[in-house]
Amino acid sequence: MRPDDAERRVRNRAWLPGLGHMSLGRWGRGIRLTLFTLAVVLLMAWRWDRFFGAFSTPFFDRWVASVFLILLLAGAVWYSRWDVGRILSDGGDGKPGKSPWKVAMRRFSENRLAVYSIYLILFFYAAAILAPILAPYDPAAIPDVMTNRYLPPSWVHPFGTDEFGRDLFSRALYGARVSLSVGFLAMIIAKTVGTIYGAVSAYFGGIVDAILMRILDVWFAFPTFYLMLMLVGVFEASLLMLVLILGFTAWPGTARFIRGEILSLKNQQFTEAARAIGLPAHQIILKHLIPSALSPVLVTAALAVAGMIGAEAGLSFLGLGIRPPTPSWGNMVSAGSDNLLNAWWVAFFPGGLLTLTLISFSLLADGLRDALDPKALMQKYV
Amino acid sequence: MLKYIAKRLLLSVPLVLAIVTATFFMAHLAPGDPMDMYLEPQRQRQVDPEVIELLRKKYGLDQPIHVQYVTWLKNVAQGDFGESFRHRRPVKDMLVEAVPYTLQLTFLAIVLDALFGISLGIISAVKQYSKLDKTVTIGSLIIYAMPSFWLALMLIMVFSVNLGWFPTSQTRSMNYEDLTMIGKMLDRAWHLVLPVFVMGIAGAAGTARYMRSRLLEVLNEEYITAARARGFREKTVIMKHALRNAMIPIVTIYGMSLPFLLGGATIIETIFAWPGMGRMTVSAVGGRDYPIIMATVMIAAVLTVLGNLLADITYAAVDPRVSYDAPRRR
Amino acid sequence: MLLSVRDLRSAFFLDEGELWAVDGISFDVDIGETVGLVGESGCGKTIVAHSILDLIPYPGRVVSGRVMFDGRDLMRASTEEMRRVRGGGIGIVFQEAAAALNPVYRIGDQIADVLQLHRGMNKQQAWKETVRVLGEMGIPEPEKRAKSYPFELSGGMKQRVMIAIAIAGRPKLLIADEPTTALDLTVQAEITDLLEHIQEQYRMAILIISHDLEMVAEMSDRLMVMYTGRLIEMGHTRDLLASPEHPYTKGLLAAIPQLGAGSDVPLEGIPGAVPDLLDLPAGCTFHPRCPLADADCEVEPPPIKTVGYGRECACYKVRMQT
Repeated sequence: MRPDDAERRVRNRAWLPGLGHMSLGRWGRGIRLTLFTLAVVLLMAWRWDRFFGAFSTPFFDRWVASVFLILLLAGAVWYSRWDVGRILSDGGDGKPGKSPWKVAMRRFSENRLAVYSIYLILFFYAAAILAPILAPYDPAAIPDVMTNRYLPPSWVHPFGTDEFGRDLFSRALYGARVSLSVGFLAMIIAKTVGTIYGAVSAYFGGIVDAILMRILDVWFAFPTFYLMLMLVGVFEASLLMLVLILGFTAWPGTARFIRGEILSLKNQQFTEAARAIGLPAHQIILKHLIPSALSPVLVTAALAVAGMIGAEAGLSFLGLGIRPPTPSWGNMVSAGSDNLLNAWWVAFFPGGLLTLTLISFSLLADGLRDALDPKALMQKYV
Repeated sequence: MLKYIAKRLLLSVPLVLAIVTATFFMAHLAPGDPMDMYLEPQRQRQVDPEVIELLRKKYGLDQPIHVQYVTWLKNVAQGDFGESFRHRRPVKDMLVEAVPYTLQLTFLAIVLDALFGISLGIISAVKQYSKLDKTVTIGSLIIYAMPSFWLALMLIMVFSVNLGWFPTSQTRSMNYEDLTMIGKMLDRAWHLVLPVFVMGIAGAAGTARYMRSRLLEVLNEEYITAARARGFREKTVIMKHALRNAMIPIVTIYGMSLPFLLGGATIIETIFAWPGMGRMTVSAVGGRDYPIIMATVMIAAVLTVLGNLLADITYAAVDPRVSYDAPRRR
Repeated sequence: MLLSVRDLRSAFFLDEGELWAVDGISFDVDIGETVGLVGESGCGKTIVAHSILDLIPYPGRVVSGRVMFDGRDLMRASTEEMRRVRGGGIGIVFQEAAAALNPVYRIGDQIADVLQLHRGMNKQQAWKETVRVLGEMGIPEPEKRAKSYPFELSGGMKQRVMIAIAIAGRPKLLIADEPTTALDLTVQAEITDLLEHIQEQYRMAILIISHDLEMVAEMSDRLMVMYTGRLIEMGHTRDLLASPEHPYTKGLLAAIPQLGAGSDVPLEGIPGAVPDLLDLPAGCTFHPRCPLADADCEVEPPPIKTVGYGRECACYKVRMQT
């Protein structure tokens, strides 16, 4: 058989995710891909009515869930084909990259804790998006209360039921959507606003900078949680408002950092060097700012998501964030705190999920920091 | 140094002014008529419009906003934060009542935090890679990442509900008045244990992590190897040569914990029904009680400013390389 | 013999592999003599010094060998004995004075501490002696200077303080690791003069480690050349410089630019580059770059053997001088 035929057979096999890799000897990756795809397909089959039925309902979030599932499947197939193609042409994981990105990626992937954390986080987010398909029960439906209230964890109700008899597993899934998305969006807002503010301030310099920084100082003086408390008290705590409030309390840190980076760039020697060869100012900033600032911004972004999720949980726990009946991990714990003696599971599981999520983001931030740390790159021996 | 302190204090005045102003305007951003909020507790009853007008005049709410602002400033400068909408009491009195309860918690929590956190961090760093180190590292990560309310609830569940060792809430027992003097003190202490423990452990986790990483950093420095090369005992090397350097940022951070003293116990106080500033603020937020909210937030912000100053002063006091004086001529 | 190192081996056990920083080094240092240890950066010179005093940090350690100092084998010494040798028997001046001084303590205190530890003085005596020593080191206004912090001192002054600390315990052997590398030329000369002065004054042996051949050559009675963790040539200084045997030594000497030579005289380097210590060539580690290498050189690393009066060399191609 000619080598081309062999190659083509492998590529064809790659249409079934995992098979291509396995026939190339990449058993680890191959098996993982196959299992992943099987899981997605099984989920589709098991919940076919919900999956397919979503398209005939007007509920946007169900569309999103079903489309997401399709995307996962398509993504697995695409990755299988692409990676196999890459292996066939490069004969490996490409040339051992010396570029800082490749080095960082490799160092990151060697950090098992960080890799597991990312898997967990992605898994939680995926579960949250897929909640309409995954949830065994309607989180808001109240069944026969008398027979169903406060049931301990079982096969039917993995997390038990609450005082109204609602299935807590389903509520936890839907709670994940709230908690995780609020955290992520709030971080995006904070980082974006902060970056723009800091960049503008540094770019214009002079009196604009002075004024903007004074305003920042005032904002910074307010302790974050108290500021959130106050803003929540002032405005209505709808989901949107909550995201905005969380985002707007956290932007000063990023602003100050970005401004510092740009200002120090202005003064550094390689900026002069760049200008000496005629690069315009904004290009200098873009090309040099992004690599040097990206690492700390990524690390603080991971920590910020954790912080935002924690803040939302805290506010919801106090009854000031997301209000029931909309489930959020925070207010679920609060509901459980009333009956710790008899129904420990009501508070335990949402809190446990929160802890897992926060730990994962923490480990992720540590992993990013270690992978992107330029000093550690050079640390070998004495 | 004294000049520096004076200068900083002077510079903080405009900052404090700005904080007070910002608080005022943030509170007044609220949609709706303040009168509605004032009357909210009695929403059920229909209030006579004339009475509303009288009340409005009484609280100066009929004045234009800039006049209200100036009145507000004048009052704040005299320590008058107005009257709580819900409780109809001067906010100042309520604060004075609540602050000691909060201080009990936070002060003891900081002590616990420092004792456990620093010592565990040191031991963990010195015995790196040992079982103890791994336990401390993993344990502190988990506790640090845990939401404080969950930690509190879990501990309550174990120690209060199931084991019955400690009370679940409140500052004192029902039969407090019947106890002897010693009995009263013991009762108060007994009620303090769990909330202080929760806050202290959560803080200690963070401190231990930071102390450990800081000490490890320092232990890698050349001057530590040099100290060993001089023939000093390992204990001396760590306690004298390394620790002094490692503690510098940590001491500074403790300087910053001034705002924590009053505001850090919000969630814990709510869980334990502790009548401190945190719980007061939370219920004020829930009940739209603006005077209280404004007062506590403002105080917290001012404390942050002072805390920063304290941290900077501590830093200069502790690190000989840092000095705020004009450079001496060599 | 004051110091007798036999077959010293130290390695770092990394994830990427075993890094043998010192691979079988043997040499002697006699009372009062100055021995120079030269080689390019990364050849393991500093590790030799740290191995002698057992200062190698995890993941490295001294694996085997004997270090006889003053009649005792340091490798088998107890922690107590080792502590006494450090600073009391052997003093070491570190590579970067700036990093080797504790930034939060005054320099006078740092010197006085050693005096109290090794010479049994009390606080007052120690302080007085500190001021005296600072003066001896050539530091102006020693009374005032003793109260300074390291960050207030210039590079040259920090180096003097380092030396003061190192000799405070009256060690019999002073190891000077790159004592002049970070300094300006004029200051360098002052430091070397200082070292020679204290050697005379206190009858100290000095092991001077540097990649600055000229500086070491000036100071040393004997010279040792290191390459990738091994000693490849040893001999009396003048002799070795005049007629080097090992191809690497020859290359090193040829590479030194001559001051005053015309600009048309080409700079001679040694072809190739120093190999990665984790991935050393088989046999003689220098053979890929050596003009004399042949098949014999690729099998086993050559043992160091005597090739002349007081001269040892590790090369298969070097014959015994008659």
